[in-house]
Amino acid sequence: MQLAGEIILLIGAIFIFLGALGLLRMPDVYNRIQVGTKAVTLGVIGVIVGVALIHPLWWSKLFVILGFILLTSPVSSSAITKAFYRSGIKPWTKARKMKGKKKKAQKEENKETSS
Amino acid sequence: MYLYFGKQMKKRSSPYALTFVINFLLWLLLTATFAIDELISGVIISIIVSLITAPKMKILNGLNIHFGFLFGLLKYLAYFFYALIKANFDLAKRVLSLDMKIHPGMVEIKTTMQSDLGKLFLANSITLTPGTLTVDVYDNRMLVHWIDVPEHLDIEATTKAIVSKFEDYLKEFVK
Repeated sequence: MQLAGEIILLIGAIFIFLGALGLLRMPDVYNRIQVGTKAVTLGVIGVIVGVALIHPLWWSKLFVILGFILLTSPVSSSAITKAFYRSGIKPWTKARKMKGKKKKAQKEENKETSS
Repeated sequence: MYLYFGKQMKKRSSPYALTFVINFLLWLLLTATFAIDELISGVIISIIVSLITAPKMKILNGLNIHFGFLFGLLKYLAYFFYALIKANFDLAKRVLSLDMKIHPGMVEIKTTMQSDLGKLFLANSITLTPGTLTVDVYDNRMLVHWIDVPEHLDIEATTKAIVSKFEDYLKEFVK
């Protein structure tokens, strides 16, 4: 039980680390919030389940914490994103994506013309 | 005037009983005992709190309480956790890959959920599932940021890809 709890704790910590890494690597606000919300939510769930396995008597309080985190974390991230969107920040990778599309289309055209 | 008021009350009455049940369950979970004195004080405090807060908890009217309520909730939770874990592995792959295969963009979807609570559940589910994040909710539209938008999608196809499965599960216990 102790060992299983520690392993799940470690998995949760790994997901939180991945979330932090994603915060550094992602290009704009929206993608960063996505990574932050999802990875950290699963990470926190892992930590809570791990603690529940190590201290089985605490399960009810941990269950309440889990419920509140699952209900509030997406709402808060959604509110932050909405604030960014309303203040006029465009997802800038859109322009890049269009370029990529054009490039792809051009490549395909070239292939078609060459073949 | 009286009739109108009565109709309104019938339509959206305050969910006193439901608030009491939720408060009492919360009390049980937080105290974690079944000692009789704890139970009695829990009942008294839950009644007081639900009398005060129930008029503001009209969002709970969205719950569709019937025979299969708990079963539907459990089924939804199982699918939700499956989607959450899948989302995280997907995201981990994207974060760790060298060339970040992302094509982000904003898409709009339609929802058929009636109540505010249903929309809340749906928005939360969208936020925690693979590559999507709810940005804004209008009447029956949602603005969603999608991390990997496929090319040439209209609103119907997007709705089908993102929400329709969740809606099927959600409709078993919320309106």
